[in-house]
Amino acid sequence: MMRLKDFPVDECLLQGNAACPGCPATIGLRLVLKALGKKTIMVVPACCTSVIESLYPHTSFDIPVMNIAFEAAAAGASGVEASLRQQGRTDITVVAWAGDGGTYDIGLQALSGALERGTNFIYICYNNQIYSNTGIQRSGATPYAAWTTTTVGGKNELRKEMGDIILAHHIPYAAQTCISYPEDVFSKVTKAKNIKGPKYIEILAPCPPGWRFSMDKTVEMGRMAVDSGAWALWECENDKMIFNGKSKLILEKKIQRKPVEDWIKYQGRFGHLFRPQRDEKRLKAIEEYVDSLWDRYRKCYLGK
Amino acid sequence: MKKFSVETSLSYPKKGAMGKTGSWRVFKPILDKKKCVKCLRCWIFCPESSIHREKDDSVSIDYEFCKGCGVCANECNVKAIIMEREEAKKN
Ligand code: SF4
Ligand code: SF4
Repeated sequence: MMRLKDFPVDECLLQGNAACPGCPATIGLRLVLKALGKKTIMVVPACCTSVIESLYPHTSFDIPVMNIAFEAAAAGASGVEASLRQQGRTDITVVAWAGDGGTYDIGLQALSGALERGTNFIYICYNNQIYSNTGIQRSGATPYAAWTTTTVGGKNELRKEMGDIILAHHIPYAAQTCISYPEDVFSKVTKAKNIKGPKYIEILAPCPPGWRFSMDKTVEMGRMAVDSGAWALWECENDKMIFNGKSKLILEKKIQRKPVEDWIKYQGRFGHLFRPQRDEKRLKAIEEYVDSLWDRYRKCYLGK
Repeated sequence: MKKFSVETSLSYPKKGAMGKTGSWRVFKPILDKKKCVKCLRCWIFCPESSIHREKDDSVSIDYEFCKGCGVCANECNVKAIIMEREEAKKN
């Protein structure tokens, strides 16, 4: 695995952009663009990143970026890829970079289409589990019981299993990672860059204003998510599934996952589960859901 | 820079496209170089690319755009960075 010392120094995301302090999307963008380098074209639908680009006529991106409608990231990327193919440009990586709203919900059919057509591109979803750009509304990625401005008493439904939907397309490469693991992000993006065909990478991005935690804790929140098993690091190359880091140890039962409670108690969006009194029923349901997730992972992927 | 003619709105890269974001700071990261072990964690995690990395992997903080989020201080394992309240700006 790559050491931090070996990471390239060049930055494609410029300083003085419009991101919130402590923004996980900018951490993710820095890591991804370090792995991809300047020969990259990014397609960005409506999401926080279209704000991070900052004000016309300037942009904080030092690579070509095409902005496109909410549902169209993968379709736009397909067009860019087709054009490059016509021009014989094989040296440029096409990346669609979208939030969880633009991936799980609004952009799902364009994404599914591009994966099915075998478009040669990387689709990266930075998942902050809400529509944060429009003011913290629930998305298909919002976990059970989390507060958002549209789920005031906490969300009643479980989050969608996007990984499973992606894996059902049997694309050459799919992975899940988190901004708190730079080496993991870097190696997965580099791997995807060197594989032909459709690639999907999802990066968990803990959002301070959206999850209601202190902005210096962005990276720590990601680590806690993985420690608790609420988020898993894995990669699937040609239908061969591998779990990475702590997630591998949890899968193989070499370590016990931490209680999800140890992660959510620091997030204001779950505050109603702890105050004025503990909501034992929903706290139990959260742990049971994560247990069932790992039981299923073990049934599907252990010892194969 | 090469300009393109396209029938759509085009933006061009600029450092500080949102202005000098250093003015957003309420708390300021202060680095104690003597404590630093050059692990580069602050450099890789700073959301604002405001930790500069030198050739010898020593780091320094660029206050022009640093938003004062405190991620660097939180991620430094040897506590070489602490957050201090910005002095009140005189109007
Ligand atoms: S306070 Fe935040 S923006 Fe400033 S240097 Fe530290 S991590 Fe970067
Ligand atoms: S995280 Fe701390 S020890 Fe590591 S390079 Fe930064 S200041 Fe130095």
